[in-house]
Amino acid sequence: MQALELDALWVYLSGSPLVALALTLACYLAASALFERSGRFPLLNPVLVSVIVLVGVLRLADIPYADYFDGAQFVHFLLGPATVALALPLYRELPVLRRHLVPIGIALCAGLFVTLASTLLIARLSGLDDIVQRSIAAKSVTAPVAMGIAERLGGVPSLTAVFAILTGVFGAVVAVPLLSLLRVRDDAAKGLAIGLVAHGIGTARALGISERAGAYSGLAMALSATISAVVLPIAIGVLMPASG
Amino acid sequence: MTILRGFTALLLLQLVGEVLSRLLSLPVPGPVIGLMLLLALLAARPAWLPVFSGAGDALLAHLSLLFIPAGVGVLVHIDRLNGVLPGVIATLALSTLLGMSVTALILQRLMRGRPTRDTPAHDVAER
Repeated sequence: MQALELDALWVYLSGSPLVALALTLACYLAASALFERSGRFPLLNPVLVSVIVLVGVLRLADIPYADYFDGAQFVHFLLGPATVALALPLYRELPVLRRHLVPIGIALCAGLFVTLASTLLIARLSGLDDIVQRSIAAKSVTAPVAMGIAERLGGVPSLTAVFAILTGVFGAVVAVPLLSLLRVRDDAAKGLAIGLVAHGIGTARALGISERAGAYSGLAMALSATISAVVLPIAIGVLMPASG
Repeated sequence: MTILRGFTALLLLQLVGEVLSRLLSLPVPGPVIGLMLLLALLAARPAWLPVFSGAGDALLAHLSLLFIPAGVGVLVHIDRLNGVLPGVIATLALSTLLGMSVTALILQRLMRGRPTRDTPAHDVAER
């Protein structure tokens, strides 16, 4: 009798968005506390830790991702308005930004070029096949734009989303140690570099450095998405003409 | 009320962005167009900043949280990368390190002597 009730309870709970939503928020809060307590140790990045814990829980409890997403989509949905809100730090930075338009433009173009060229070169050298190469080209662009680009390049959009998110998490984890190793002190330089390669997930990390770093990261993310959407299909068309 | 008003305003801008993106078949998604619209709006009407800042800053304070559902989706499907994983990791990692380094070093070099801080050049944070 008791077991049966528990069973019914479990059936009810696993079908409701409440569990997924509560789990996601609780994991994030715990992971953020751990990150702060560790003195912001890079490998304890809250996104990385939460994702690993949640995947473990889903596997153990045998919950399919689609069921989890039924609840977690309420959090996911907020990405839209949050992206719009990235205009706020950018607006507050506008007076300083206006004085540095040329350096920012040069750094942005150079960064985009190096990112794309090294991605294509290393992908080819590591023997990835044509379709994976086309899917990985846009990996530094924010996921929704990257998927649209992948489609036009002849890649697989869902694979591109995977690459984009892996890149974002990797970039967020390595950003602070790498930039301090290179003695980059300026928060504008840090932010622009983080947002250019690690888009939104990087921008979340950059906002943790300072509002200024977050502003430049959001700027780099938006410009990188816009420029890549125009330039990537042309560049790939020249470099990797479709066979047959 | 303030937060609710700000959240509504952000959603409306995203909506306008989505509509523009689809109508004009722009390659950039609605939220990014919404970002640009909000920036233009604030530049034209600075007094409107308080409408957006309550809800907007609250969302940005926990931007990391919003990526978790998508991140879980990726890790669930990581098995699909069996076989190509080493090449993929090499590509993602190296190009990310290179792109980040080049961007940061160039911008820092070009802005040398023109720091973006309002405070004097010596680093207060280092003390």
